[in-house]
Amino acid sequence: MSVRSSKAVHRVDSDILIIGGGMAGCGAAYEARYWGRKMKIVLVEKANIERSGAVAMGLSAINCYMGMRWNENRPEDFVRYARGDLMGLVREDLLFDIARHVDSTVHLFEEWGLPIIYDKQTGHYKREGRWQILIHGESYKPIVAEAAQKAASEVYNRIMVTHLLLDRNKPNRVAGAVGFSVRDGSFYVFRAKAVIVAAGGATHIFRPRSVGEGAGRTWYAPWSTGSAYGLLIQAGAEMTQMENRLVVTRFKDGYGPVGAWFLALKAVAKNAYGEEYERKYVEEQRKLYGDYVDSKPFPTCLRNDAMLREIKAGRHPIYLHTEQVLDTPEKEELGWEDFLDMTMSQSIVWASQNIDPKKRPSELTMSEPYIMGSHATCSGAWASGPEDVSPKDYFWGYNRMTTVEGLFGAGDTIGGSAHKFSSGSFTEGRLAAKAAVKYVLDHADYTPEVDPTEVEALRERVYQPLETYETGKNMIVKGTVSPIYLYPNQGVIRLEKIMDEYAAGYGSMYMTNEFLLNRGLELLIMLKEDLEKLAAENLHQLQRAWELHHRVWTAEAVIRHTLYRKETRWPGYYYRSDYPKLDDQNWHVFVNSRYDPKTREWFMTTRPVHQIVG
Amino acid sequence: MHIDPVMRRAYNIEPEYCWECYSCVKACPQNAIDMRGYADFAPLGHALTVLREPEKGVVSWKVVYRNGETKTFRFPIRTTKFGSIKPPTAYPEPNLDELSGPLLAHEPEYLKVEGLPTLHTKKEAE
Repeated sequence: MSVRSSKAVHRVDSDILIIGGGMAGCGAAYEARYWGRKMKIVLVEKANIERSGAVAMGLSAINCYMGMRWNENRPEDFVRYARGDLMGLVREDLLFDIARHVDSTVHLFEEWGLPIIYDKQTGHYKREGRWQILIHGESYKPIVAEAAQKAASEVYNRIMVTHLLLDRNKPNRVAGAVGFSVRDGSFYVFRAKAVIVAAGGATHIFRPRSVGEGAGRTWYAPWSTGSAYGLLIQAGAEMTQMENRLVVTRFKDGYGPVGAWFLALKAVAKNAYGEEYERKYVEEQRKLYGDYVDSKPFPTCLRNDAMLREIKAGRHPIYLHTEQVLDTPEKEELGWEDFLDMTMSQSIVWASQNIDPKKRPSELTMSEPYIMGSHATCSGAWASGPEDVSPKDYFWGYNRMTTVEGLFGAGDTIGGSAHKFSSGSFTEGRLAAKAAVKYVLDHADYTPEVDPTEVEALRERVYQPLETYETGKNMIVKGTVSPIYLYPNQGVIRLEKIMDEYAAGYGSMYMTNEFLLNRGLELLIMLKEDLEKLAAENLHQLQRAWELHHRVWTAEAVIRHTLYRKETRWPGYYYRSDYPKLDDQNWHVFVNSRYDPKTREWFMTTRPVHQIVG
Repeated sequence: MHIDPVMRRAYNIEPEYCWECYSCVKACPQNAIDMRGYADFAPLGHALTVLREPEKGVVSWKVVYRNGETKTFRFPIRTTKFGSIKPPTAYPEPNLDELSGPLLAHEPEYLKVEGLPTLHTKKEAE
């Protein structure tokens, strides 16, 4: 009996299907239920919603809060900040929309029980920086998940969604999704009138700094497998800014974040010789990247660029001087909580290497690149904005609807709107869900249909790695070296090597060019062909196999976009050695792509950047 | 984490994809999961242990250095009881005419400002 025929099939129908139970998915569930009281709202999550997504381990700050009630910031200020940080290329309508709603989300979190720290003198939330507020966030995710669980009709944990389904009758219209249980292996067919993809961005498409047991120590979660992009690209959704990968400055090896240290504790970074270097290269940077060097605050990518120049000149390690700022017990506690709430590994680095941050500085370095539309970069789906704010060509009927009818996105899924972080992702989930409710009501007389032949073909395809292993394992004596199949982990390592060496990972000092990218694409397409020969010994490896598919689709989009943009827009994130300058005359535009699932062709284009905030 | 059928104890089946997020450590009802930092860069002899007490609303950490020094920390995790969140259905049903407007649930009240900001520059931009 084949593996496929031994597995049960479950059919789950809903009005709104939410894929991914992280911050964005939880926001979507809450808001969908608020407006769609009688609707069937189904949330599907590959782990367990209580501790899933990028906020699983907690957070020590909420990085997106305006403080409009205390006149701290207006949404326009946030748009200007993100525009400056992203070297001019942002969807201002989407950013404005997040900013004007995000305070109400944070106030809701506080009511639910999230401990937000107050500034005793002002009576306001205690600021870490202009946009960040400090929290005791160990249980941030369980709190938010509790609200989502109370809102959704059903939450399916431990189901890995592998593919979206399109309507068999109406072209370019979503109809649902398929996936499998990573626990019992049963197959799930979800049919829905609207689908919100709130899945994760991508780690492990570029080689991480640690490659052995520590490979999982990436800044963003290793379970962020690019499903946000892999699912959408294959369904034919238009994508934007996939070249806009994120490289973060972090404490070396533990990847402890630097925000609280720079912003709240006012620590300073210096090169090995004790020299402050951040503004050292401004005039050289101006020659290459223009007046963006005058953006306030100084753009993240240019700060990375300065650090990279120091490293290339051999003036590293770069040190963050924690020892100069932990002069009170309160500050020491703040410094430790920053990591114990959200990056325990950094505390372990200190403990294991006998580093007392009160006495000794810590090394900083730059991470491998990530693709994540909720953090400080703009990768993701091209989506409609809000009707009252968006220019005509940024609006097509429903807020946060992608170019596929009925298919919405939030969080890492949506491109062009960086700096959402946890609170903004939850807010975007709310925006998408409200629009999805309206979409379902507006189209109440139409129910999309899935194509049974397609579902059957996908069912066969999903379990293929188990079959491949069963039929192939006896052709070798023992071990993992097989001439006919590839394990998921072997595929990940090949992917990371290709991307690191050809598409501007840390190993190539974030540098690439047309020759490297074309060669990388050639090797990547061979890897994509080899994915048909993936083998899985068990359900856990089967999940890894399908995660790898999503990662490879994401990586392909990254390479194609990076090839298309013939300039260096974000030095410090990546450099095109053949086009070393920022070129506003030709490239002050979004680079967009679309994969046609029928013809299997990619189409590249540009879209205009509209400045709507002065 | 999987349970080993012979030992009947949990173990990490894939340490190279572990994020050291401590979710499993905190969730274990027996507090039976020990952590050791990644072999790639963490010298042996350290420990970081955690006790999460949802009923008390606190989490406690103990850091043990390789040289034997220790530090302890205790932080609040929640100001309300677990399970106490009001579901969206506990609020009055919204007027569906508002579906076409920009306000989200509980707005403008929860914004704590007069009204939802919009952009008056839209016309010029087009």
